[in-house]
Amino acid sequence: MRLTCTVNGTEQQVDDVWEGESLLYVLRERMGLPGSKNACEQGECGSCTVYLDGTPVCSCLVAAGQAEGREVGTVEGMATDEALHPVQQAFLDAGAVQCGFCTPGLLVATDDLVTRSLAAGAPPEDAEIREALAGNLCRCTGYEKILDAVKLAATRMSESAR
Amino acid sequence: MRFLQPTTWAEALEARATHPDAVAIAGGTDVMVGINFGRLRPPLLLDLTRVGELQEWSVDGGDVRLGAGVPYARVITELGDRLPGLAMASRTIGSPQIRNRGTVGGNLATASPAGDAHPALLAADAEVEVASVRGTRRIPVTDFYTGVKRSALAPDELIAAVRIRPPAGPQQYSKIGTRNAMVIAVAAFGLALHPDRGVVGTGIGSAAPTPRRATAAEEFAAEELSGLWESRGELPAATAVRFGELVATAAAPIDDVRGTAAYRVHALSVMARRALTWAWAEYRTAKES
Repeated sequence: MRLTCTVNGTEQQVDDVWEGESLLYVLRERMGLPGSKNACEQGECGSCTVYLDGTPVCSCLVAAGQAEGREVGTVEGMATDEALHPVQQAFLDAGAVQCGFCTPGLLVATDDLVTRSLAAGAPPEDAEIREALAGNLCRCTGYEKILDAVKLAATRMSESAR
Repeated sequence: MRFLQPTTWAEALEARATHPDAVAIAGGTDVMVGINFGRLRPPLLLDLTRVGELQEWSVDGGDVRLGAGVPYARVITELGDRLPGLAMASRTIGSPQIRNRGTVGGNLATASPAGDAHPALLAADAEVEVASVRGTRRIPVTDFYTGVKRSALAPDELIAAVRIRPPAGPQQYSKIGTRNAMVIAVAAFGLALHPDRGVVGTGIGSAAPTPRRATAAEEFAAEELSGLWESRGELPAATAVRFGELVATAAAPIDDVRGTAAYRVHALSVMARRALTWAWAEYRTAKES
């Protein structure tokens, strides 16, 4: 079947999509966007996290056809040509990236958390961060540097919003 | 495989009637796992995410009518006050990404004995509203689960909604897993006090072939509390302990990778004792309404 959806602000159309295919497969194998990672294929690890109409979801659990006409946001849409996204820069600066496989999903989940928290008027607390990132597994870092990175991103994003 | 995407409920029921071998998909948190791992190859996927009626909840005749496609995240943010037990259960489910997609309707359709919503629905005396081109019927949730991952849903039916009466008293939910997120329950327990009827509702999860009530425990609690509803007197500790024991006797668990049967029985007795204690403490301090 044919699938048309908007990915990172650009309309994409792909043909010959198998009806049982996941959005993750479409992004990686048909649209040339391998940023979202394929690990567990059962929603356990969060490394395939993308925005679907602004909501973070595991793209491995979205049937391709369910994305028809929807807006998808992936890690590839975060940086501009000039600069990394503040969340990406914070992950680098805080040393929150080791092997990097979980990072794209964590970046999307973190962006969602920090954006929501700042919109509500306060940077996220430790417990909130742990809860918001509970669906993103990292087997390298032990999470402490990731917590640092989220807090750093929140500080920078709240300063730049002022 | 074919992919059908009805945009109205009538179209969805028509498609269901024509294709009883189709697999309905909403949040995909069960169905896509099956497809990704090659365990599920339905001839047709019936996508229900475009059916607007399923994505809404309303108050109807005193009940909350929760559309089958409302994700857990919205149960938590929009219905925490009206459906506290189900909202508590929803908070224990998966991760934010899973709660953004997974639905109570999907939990019911899968009918896993470990489904997290079931104990809360049982305790609250929920009804499942199912429909087909033949018409609509309501199934008490107690009668909905017929076996491991089997339900009373007919091949031509779809789940429209769950109907739950907002509580007249406190509700509790308790779940045991190896961590605080992304776990299938080792055992779970839901409890609802119904002071208007002098009844205590229960639901057991992950400890029998189907989610089930603890009927003997409910009868015992109703008897023991019959003189206490009005006075809001103290709950005797022995009553809570005995209640927990009776809940445990209602379970029929197995040993599996998540835990042993003996552990599940013990865990249920502890969760049930605590749930009744917490709920009764809340009832005692709540203002008379």
